[in-house]
Amino acid sequence: MRRGAGRLLLFVLVLAVLWGLWEGYRWLWMREAWTWPFIVNGTSMPHLHSIFGALWSSARPGGVGPRLVTLLFHSALFTAKEAAVGFALGAVLGFTLGAFLAHFRILSRGFLPWVVASQTVPILVVAPMVVVWLNPKLPTRFQDWGAVAVIAAYLTFFPVTINTIRGLHSADRRALELMRSYAAGNWRILWKLRFPAALPYIFAALKVSATASVVGAIIGELPSSIQDGLGGQIINYSQYYTTQPTGLWATNVVAAALGITFFLVILVTEKLVVRRAPENFA
Amino acid sequence: MSTTPAAVQPVPRGGMTRLVGRRLVDWLPAVVVLVGVIALWEGLIRALDVQAFLLPKPSEISRTLWDTRHELWAAGWFTFQEALGGFLLGSGLAILVALVLARWRILGAAFLPFAIAANAIPIIAFAPITNTWFSPLNKSSKIVIAAILCFFPVLVNTLRGLTSVNPRALELMHSYAAGETEIFRRVRIPTALPFIFTGLKVATVLAMIGAVVGEYFGGALNALGVLILTRARVFQFDEAWAGIVVACLMGLVLYLGVVALERATLRWVPSTSE
Amino acid sequence: MSVVAIKDVTKRFEETTALQSIDLEIEPGEFVSLIGPSGCGKSTLLRIIGDLIEPTSGTAAVNGKPARQARIDRDYGIVFQDAVLYDWRTVAKNIALPLELAGWDRGRRTAKVKEMLELVELSGFESHYPWQLSGGMQQRVSIARALSFDPALLLMDEPFGALDEMTRERLNMELLQIWEASGSTVVFVTHSIAEAVFLSTRVVVMSPRPGRISNVIPIDLPQPRTATTREEPRFFELVTEVREALHLGHDLERAPA
Repeated sequence: MRRGAGRLLLFVLVLAVLWGLWEGYRWLWMREAWTWPFIVNGTSMPHLHSIFGALWSSARPGGVGPRLVTLLFHSALFTAKEAAVGFALGAVLGFTLGAFLAHFRILSRGFLPWVVASQTVPILVVAPMVVVWLNPKLPTRFQDWGAVAVIAAYLTFFPVTINTIRGLHSADRRALELMRSYAAGNWRILWKLRFPAALPYIFAALKVSATASVVGAIIGELPSSIQDGLGGQIINYSQYYTTQPTGLWATNVVAAALGITFFLVILVTEKLVVRRAPENFA
Repeated sequence: MSTTPAAVQPVPRGGMTRLVGRRLVDWLPAVVVLVGVIALWEGLIRALDVQAFLLPKPSEISRTLWDTRHELWAAGWFTFQEALGGFLLGSGLAILVALVLARWRILGAAFLPFAIAANAIPIIAFAPITNTWFSPLNKSSKIVIAAILCFFPVLVNTLRGLTSVNPRALELMHSYAAGETEIFRRVRIPTALPFIFTGLKVATVLAMIGAVVGEYFGGALNALGVLILTRARVFQFDEAWAGIVVACLMGLVLYLGVVALERATLRWVPSTSE
Repeated sequence: MSVVAIKDVTKRFEETTALQSIDLEIEPGEFVSLIGPSGCGKSTLLRIIGDLIEPTSGTAAVNGKPARQARIDRDYGIVFQDAVLYDWRTVAKNIALPLELAGWDRGRRTAKVKEMLELVELSGFESHYPWQLSGGMQQRVSIARALSFDPALLLMDEPFGALDEMTRERLNMELLQIWEASGSTVVFVTHSIAEAVFLSTRVVVMSPRPGRISNVIPIDLPQPRTATTREEPRFFELVTEVREALHLGHDLERAPA
């Protein structure tokens, strides 16, 4: 219990240090009027407390209407839906493809390099074409956000595929021999040995993919000019940046929170599901 | 008493093979698949008469690629510089910071959760802000985005590598009364190298994406991302796809560069394959 | 002057007492084995001698100095069960590691490495990498490395435990030859009774909970030991003696207080 309190204290301390660094940098650069790497003023680097203040106050100038944080929260929820669906889709696809490629070595030699190469495609750029092409093909209730979910899925499936393959192949040879000595069939071996052995690897990929899904969702929203999500808000507030810089920063804060939340969900799930010996930490 | 050595002879590897790591034969299935996919793509579009402007035939794309090669090359080079700059900046900084965090453990323990959390943030959302800091036409705004994207994966991987040393290896060094610096130089850094390269490989992809996607929020007219987007907006999809192909190639070049460096550096690993 | 002088050493980890009031003196040129069941503290004792662990109380002296000083002065070499070779260094560079740390110049290092490789019969393997060698060969490199700076004391923690019996017996012979040639003192931790009796001038029998020395058995087999030593009647008598000492220690532990 004491260790937990110590950790918390350290966490708060580092937070305070970072806050101090921001404000300190800002103060120093403004005082000395340095222009490298960029000019510092109230617009380019607002006070951190102004950003949080803006979150808490009304979204519309003039002080009427809902709080910015409420508005952004709903946008975040919208984006989260796209990201979560995309993530689930991509994860299932990735896992299936990975399991397939792990089993059929020759397929893996043929497809793996292209799975790797597929990741060099800048997703955003494919997004408008995917959305234009896919949108009319989707049932009405899936339109708009569905195409974005596909983008998120695309970003997810690669790490999951690669890590599933690695994980399934990571089973100790002697453990495999043991299973064979029990005359366990291939499915049994998959379920009882390979899959549990693969879990840590798969979770590592899921952690990366969770974040990627959020990024994919945000980026996917941009070309579709969907107003409801965080991507739309980013475009919105970047247009008003010179007059209301805190809006864009606030949106970034919310986007960050969304990404971290997704990541934490996976982290917690992993801790519950996977129990393994700690790695060397020396 | 004779001692018949049970040593294993290394597979002789010369020049290019050593760099790319596999004999040409190993690549054959991949090539087969590529040819197959392209043929299928071409065939399906002809057969189904898919609206050409959405998904052009590979033959059209390659023709456009050739026709606009000068423009594409210039744009690709422009964006490649952003990606490369961001990659070098972000990775270099990350490795330095990792060394510091591993050396003074208490710092590492304090900052690691933040590094992991920061890795989960959609950095790209930051692009409009960097465009304000540096002019959108300036390469620097994209370099910064690419650098931030590269920073965290390389940091996390390098830190893992530096701290996952076999405890026995450390005992051995203590038995030699070696100081922390010596231990760093002779044990931690070599142990970390494979991890660093894993991080770098991830970073190459991120750098390219950061550069191109960053340009979406605003960039010079002769930049690849801007080119792809403007062509897509006026429905010149074959040119847009050609741009995408160039972007893929640039990313691949960066990736292969890291792979070649890895094989040259990690000569001591029996098989430096993924 | 004893090479190793352990006086009233106790070591506690959290709630377990790994070692309780250990007294041990080792004279120069001896070959002393520490043997006992798991948890008897033999590896801990070895590490205390090497100043890799600090005792909770008591003193450990090596070559007349405190163990810490002996470590700083590099008075001993250590060999683990796992060869702990660095993957990224060739055999030659692995052996040269302590020499590099001691600041030897290249010429001296190369000559010494050559000498060591001859000693462990691995000449010609300078440029090989650890993964290219068998387990037994890796262990020999590990021994060569430990001896490369001619330490007075050699600490070995079950160095042959991971090897097959035949390789083990062969390496036992080699180790004895090296011991004789170098004149060093050896403290050897092992699980194997036969190995302990074959190699040692004295066998220290330990028992667990708490870790203590329950018996010390002098081995009066003639030197130098040969392949036929294992077949002599006296060998079997001594093995039985050690075995019974081990059982006694075990029974004492189980007997009601």
